[in-house]
Amino acid sequence: MLTMTKLSKVYRTEMVETYALREFDIDVKEGEFVAVTGPSGSGKTTFLTIAGLLETFTGGTYHLDGIEVSQLDDNARSKIRNEKIGFIFQAFNLIPDLNVFDNVDVPLRYRGMKSDERRRRIMESLERVGLAARAKHYPAELSGGQQQRVAIARALAGSPRLLLADEPTGNLDTQMARGVLELLEEIHREGATIVMVTHDPELAARAQRNVHIIDGQIVDIAEEPRFRAHAAVAQHA
Amino acid sequence: MFTYYLDLALRSLKRSPGLTALMVLTIAFGVAASMTAWSVFRAVSGDPIPWKSAQLYVPQIDMWGPQAQASNPDSDKGPPDALDYGDAVALMRDHRAKLQSAMYQIGPAVVPADAAKHPIQTDGHAVFSEFFPMVDAPFQYGGGWTAADDEHRAQVVVIGSKLNTKVFDGGNSVGKMLNVDGRDYRVVGVLKEWNPQPRFFDVVNTGGFASDGEGMFMPFTTAIAAGISNNGNTNCNEVPEAGFEGLQRSACIWIAYMVQLDDAAAAEKYKNYLEGFARTRYPNWAPNVRLRNLPDWLDHEHVVPSDTKVSLLIALGLLIVCLVNTAGLLLAKFLRRSSEIGVRRALGAPRLAIYAQFLTEGAVIGLAGGLLGLVLTGMGVACVGLVLPRDIANLAHLDVSLLATTLVVSVLASLLAALYPTFRAAHVVPAWQLKSN
Repeated sequence: MLTMTKLSKVYRTEMVETYALREFDIDVKEGEFVAVTGPSGSGKTTFLTIAGLLETFTGGTYHLDGIEVSQLDDNARSKIRNEKIGFIFQAFNLIPDLNVFDNVDVPLRYRGMKSDERRRRIMESLERVGLAARAKHYPAELSGGQQQRVAIARALAGSPRLLLADEPTGNLDTQMARGVLELLEEIHREGATIVMVTHDPELAARAQRNVHIIDGQIVDIAEEPRFRAHAAVAQHA
Repeated sequence: MFTYYLDLALRSLKRSPGLTALMVLTIAFGVAASMTAWSVFRAVSGDPIPWKSAQLYVPQIDMWGPQAQASNPDSDKGPPDALDYGDAVALMRDHRAKLQSAMYQIGPAVVPADAAKHPIQTDGHAVFSEFFPMVDAPFQYGGGWTAADDEHRAQVVVIGSKLNTKVFDGGNSVGKMLNVDGRDYRVVGVLKEWNPQPRFFDVVNTGGFASDGEGMFMPFTTAIAAGISNNGNTNCNEVPEAGFEGLQRSACIWIAYMVQLDDAAAAEKYKNYLEGFARTRYPNWAPNVRLRNLPDWLDHEHVVPSDTKVSLLIALGLLIVCLVNTAGLLLAKFLRRSSEIGVRRALGAPRLAIYAQFLTEGAVIGLAGGLLGLVLTGMGVACVGLVLPRDIANLAHLDVSLLATTLVVSVLASLLAALYPTFRAAHVVPAWQLKSN
């Protein structure tokens, strides 16, 4: 589904070259739920933005759903983002001028869908996250957890092949975070491929596989998340 | 998608009503100032007869000689801008152009048949029969007189629509008699409403512009025979003999002249003829003649007042200042929404969609500015008389084309102002925006 091979990302200034990612290899299979962990500044978010075609990379190759993306122009990248990728951000990133319905509508508008089809998908997505009754509410009228659910509904409405989540519970309290996490697990059980960046060990423990990044390189891949045991111990205590 | 962008634009503009009002006002003032100045400039600089102005020529002959040229303010030391009677009549007699007419301005009194009514002071021109087809004068009833009428000094007139309304209640007055300065003339034609601006066939005497259409035209030869004196300008290089007949014998210039020459070859031929004519009539100095087509002639006579050019330039300058200000406001407004742009890009909006969304917003501001600008332009046009002479100010008027131009200019100006802010918006790097959140 997502394969990066020897991928690098260099930020250059006149004086300095900074490697955000170096010799980065990752292969995410269809239907996997992968957590990418690492300390602040390790390159997790850079990986996610490159994976989501929001940023270009300096070297290496990146295949997304079988397409080599390095040579694609802006239109083609936008089309892939729109049709194949769903984003969930830490800060929700809902558009404050638009109500819940219209926020979920945004990616569908750029796909050129007809009104009836858009309406059907929007309401299905909102029902799925339990917010159909709040379709006419504006983001400012919702709690943080509800806003993140709207963001998830927006990501799901276009039926993407890949969900990219950047610290999806980072701005939520424990109870709301649990609700959002359960929703992500449910979506994964239904067959979605999810790549989630987090530095929360408990959250990472819920993924099928953990990838740990330090200084732009993968240092550890744990098929059985090493955090799961710690989390279990902590819960038991 | 356009309705979607329109909806987004309206939401965005409603979100910050103060900023929106400021931008709309800025655009409206800039556009209204420009359109008001343009309405005047358009009226005074337009081609009054665009379909044949290139075929109409004004001949000039130096009948005063090199000594008089010493005090000639004309930079090219060209001949005077009108003819004396002798040259005008001789040119008519030679009849070398396809159509031609000498003319002078008259201001006779029309005496109504109803003795209870007061005489009507009117104005007009004494012209030759070829004048009417040459200037494409539009007739409502009848037509011009004939060359035979010119020759026989027939007592005929062509009257303007206003005079026809005053004297004959606007009916078909062809064949009716009109008493002019105590003599009866038969009406042979009634013109439609016709008030070309500038008054191209006699710029010298009218100064280029006149508020009302011509009252009447009568045969040149008839007017001379009747002693209807010149009501326009007269310039002399020496004191003429007394009376109207003395003026006709003098070298004073008071007669406008226009010819129609259909192509460059005909113009060249006529120019050669003019040189020969001048050489014969004024053998004591080298021929000094000019033959300018109508656009060149209007330019040479500085028909467009310099005030209007300056006003237009100042107004355009103001529009540019307004645009720069609007661009600054839009830039601030658009970049404040970098986060939204980042989200939209992440969700699949191509750069073109961002261009379309934000240019639509610019166009909506332009349209609103244009609508307000229409009101302000109307007020501006009504107040032109406060800063420009009445004859010039009266020419400025609101019409459909000015209204449409105001809206189009406003929208285009706003799009221009929105171009750079939109470019910046479309090049927001979504990853940076999303990271910074």
